Amino acid sequence: MSDKDTLAVRLREHGISRRGFMKFCAATASMMALPASMIPRIAAALESAKRPSVIWLSFQECTGCTESLTRSHTPTIEGLIFDHISLDYHHTLQAAAGDAAEQAREAAMHENQGKYLLVVDGSIPIRDNGIYSTIAGMTNLDMLKEVAKGAAAIVSVGTCAAYGGLPKADPNPTGAVAVSEIITDKPIVNVPGCPPIPTVITGVLAHYLAFGRLPELDELNRPKVFFGQTIHDRCYRRPFYERGQFAETFDDEGARKGWCLFKLGCKGPITYNACATAKWNEGTSFPIEAGHGCIGCSEPAFWDKGGFYEALSKGTHGSAEGIAMAAGIGAAVGVAAALGSRSRQAQADRKEEV
Amino acid sequence: MTLLDFARGPALEWALIIFVAGSLWRLVGAWLVRREADLSAPRSESTAAGGVRTVFSRFWPRKEFQSKTVYAWVLAYVMHIGLAIVVFLFTPHILFIEGLLGISWPGVSNDFVMFAGAVTIASMVALLVRRLTTPYLKAISNVDDYISWLLTLLPVVTGMMAYAHIGGPYPTVLALHILSVDLMLVWFPFGKLFHAILWVPSRAQLGAAMQRRGVKA
Ligand code: SF4
Ligand code: SF4
Repeated sequence: MSDKDTLAVRLREHGISRRGFMKFCAATASMMALPASMIPRIAAALESAKRPSVIWLSFQECTGCTESLTRSHTPTIEGLIFDHISLDYHHTLQAAAGDAAEQAREAAMHENQGKYLLVVDGSIPIRDNGIYSTIAGMTNLDMLKEVAKGAAAIVSVGTCAAYGGLPKADPNPTGAVAVSEIITDKPIVNVPGCPPIPTVITGVLAHYLAFGRLPELDELNRPKVFFGQTIHDRCYRRPFYERGQFAETFDDEGARKGWCLFKLGCKGPITYNACATAKWNEGTSFPIEAGHGCIGCSEPAFWDKGGFYEALSKGTHGSAEGIAMAAGIGAAVGVAAALGSRSRQAQADRKEEV
Repeated sequence: MTLLDFARGPALEWALIIFVAGSLWRLVGAWLVRREADLSAPRSESTAAGGVRTVFSRFWPRKEFQSKTVYAWVLAYVMHIGLAIVVFLFTPHILFIEGLLGISWPGVSNDFVMFAGAVTIASMVALLVRRLTTPYLKAISNVDDYISWLLTLLPVVTGMMAYAHIGGPYPTVLALHILSVDLMLVWFPFGKLFHAILWVPSRAQLGAAMQRRGVKA
């Protein structure tokens, strides 16, 4: 690895101006809630940072996370962050195929033992020894264990890798689990979302490159800088929520006026993500701005938390049968109690008569 | 399963089951209990009218007691109206009821509900102070009174905390709010909170019995 491999050199090669680069550093600092005084430090650190080897493993997934990453920001500078890391293995993006691809992975592992970054998207099936998803004849389970051994840290990209995601949704036929349920002896940062916001993925990597460590995490191992607030906390429809102005359907007058989508199932109040601030499609908008409630895609088990279009406060409590049965039992106990007291009274009356 | 999933899921389901079963047990049991035959000649036959009258007449204290009890009944009114606004006019609560029973009605602004919630808490605290500082009230209060007070207060306090984002991450405080409601539902049929249902039949029955005896109660 030579000095030519620093980001500064690569950026110049890509025709990115100093101004554009500083703009990116400022945006990254602001997204990470760092003071403006940190911008030159980030710039200096990024400029001189060497390319770390990254091995990206894709398991039970839909490739949405990679789509999200590659689509939205190329050819902007955030996309170039990926040029700055040495992406040595990635199914979808690498040129090599078959044996050559696997050899590239092994070579990267050997050359960078203990130093490479492992990025995982997709959950890992563990039922029946993990046979439900294999790569080059190797189960995801075995590959994860093998690659994780020499990794400096692991980034679980997407809700599947972070918590199991869709594959883990009830009834979870493949026994899907999150990365953290298998690997317990390495630092893991979760970047959930279905898919995650591209600038959040690159933001986490930029943080790692600039500061040489992972950002501060919350109790679900999510970087606090991006997942510290709920969608509801920063939602521009919040004033309507406070005033009790809710859209009743997706095309009523309230919806047209941009009223709050809580009644239509918005899970913004319990969803931690940066959508409302970082936004999607190069900062164009985010789902709520497009008129759809948040479905809580960056939260564990969001598929199994009740209907996407059911209001959050409706509860996920079970069946009407259970309640009806309880009513029947309650009434029966009431009748029995009353009859019991009647017969006791009758007995007492008889005794009095005797 | 997160705490919130537990509170909204199995905990809520079981609380509702206990609430429904317990309430019906008490209602049916009270309904079917044997009443002693009144062998005296009735002074008035219009017992139903007497029952209905008493249900309403007791909304207002009798003249003789008005001035002496003004503190208590004004506060009780404030507390009950505030509670009714919080429980039945907050849109997320209406949506909850709609999910449960399929009926709904329009809500009011969340700011107004928060104001009602604050007033409710203040009146409940004032009523507790009265209970603790009035010797005869203190003497006749039992543990049920205090539990019922606490289990009414907790959902209001936790609900307002969740709304205002105080006391921890929103999902956690929301879970505590729902758990406190779950707890209240479980306690409801067995303690004094059951007056929320029993006040109508008990007043009616008393009114009917008094009418029969020719007493305007
Ligand atoms: S649309 Fe969703 S996130 Fe926005 S204010 Fe309403 S409930 Fe909150
Ligand atoms: S608004 Fe909610 S559901 Fe939509 S992408 Fe953001 S976190 Fe996911």
